[in-house]
Amino acid sequence: AVPSLPAVPMTKLAQWLWALALLGCTWAALATGALGLELPSSCREVLWPLPAYLLVSAGCYALGTVGYRVATFHDCEDAARELQSQIQEARADLARRGMRF
Amino acid sequence: MASEEASGGPRRSRREPEGCVSRGDKYSVLLPTYNERENLPLIVWLLVKSFSESGINYEIIIIDDGSPDGTREVAEQLEKIYGSDTILLRPREKKLGLGTAYIHGMKHATGNYIIIMDADLSHHVTNFLFCRKQKEGNFDIVSGTRYKGNGGVYGWDLKRKIISRGANFITQILLRPGASDLTGSFRLYRKEVLQKLVEKCVSKGYVFQMEMIVRARQLNYTIGEVPISFVDRVYGESKLGGNEIVSFLKGLLTLFATT
Repeated sequence: AVPSLPAVPMTKLAQWLWALALLGCTWAALATGALGLELPSSCREVLWPLPAYLLVSAGCYALGTVGYRVATFHDCEDAARELQSQIQEARADLARRGMRF
Repeated sequence: MASEEASGGPRRSRREPEGCVSRGDKYSVLLPTYNERENLPLIVWLLVKSFSESGINYEIIIIDDGSPDGTREVAEQLEKIYGSDTILLRPREKKLGLGTAYIHGMKHATGNYIIIMDADLSHHVTNFLFCRKQKEGNFDIVSGTRYKGNGGVYGWDLKRKIISRGANFITQILLRPGASDLTGSFRLYRKEVLQKLVEKCVSKGYVFQMEMIVRARQLNYTIGEVPISFVDRVYGESKLGGNEIVSFLKGLLTLFATT
């Protein structure tokens, strides 16, 4: 059997840098025609500002998601009420058992 | 062997534990406390009631860090009322931090599962649900989440909700942790899993809880989730200042860069 190196998983930071580098190079290569790839100019018109568009979209997505989650953040009225009545019960029962608060 | 309540009633039953929790399982609840004189008797009473009603074998380990407000005296009274099989006091001299409190508590735990939770009544006592969920999926860890199902909060203003959701969003994007609520501290662990994780974790505060989940994923432990209610403090004060946010971000970036 061929001995293999133990796999060290990449840190999240490393994964992000890798992905960004990959996408960045692809975009740069396509957008500048560096590989001799001649794309129709309509494609290149879209491609050129794509990173900026993606950044703005990501920002909007983030704001929208967080906003939605804040708006739908569940308020536990029942739990709070139940807790209050449990506290009353607890204090009474403990006092009966000899607890001095 | 089921725990007995010392005085005040013929309560202890021979009933079968509910929800496929077997007789052989025992759950140790670790309660690190600091200045919880008001809340401690209440949380203990709630735990005793909840576990007794579901027939689950349990013990409560109170780790007080030399509280100046008399928490220790209150704990001693509870030990007298409920018996030293149920209430174990393992205090420490001074405030030494959560990780070491868990290590200290586990040394004396006789359960095969450990439940950690806050002693200030912010966690609505639903421990039985954790036990049941663990059995359902044979999970190594069951994490309480405020963000899914009917989990939620009470008593938080808009600012706090925004910070909480915003921080969680960033955490999910950066760490992709596979758990919806990373900063929560209401969890059930298999004892050997908690022992292993506490050794490996180095952060403090909120970040410590996050690091536990992240390391658990690295070690391929399975994590189940249970919705919990976080009720903002009934007695006492709550702090979420600028300092905490900064240290949270620092901790998050450290985990991002190192795991």
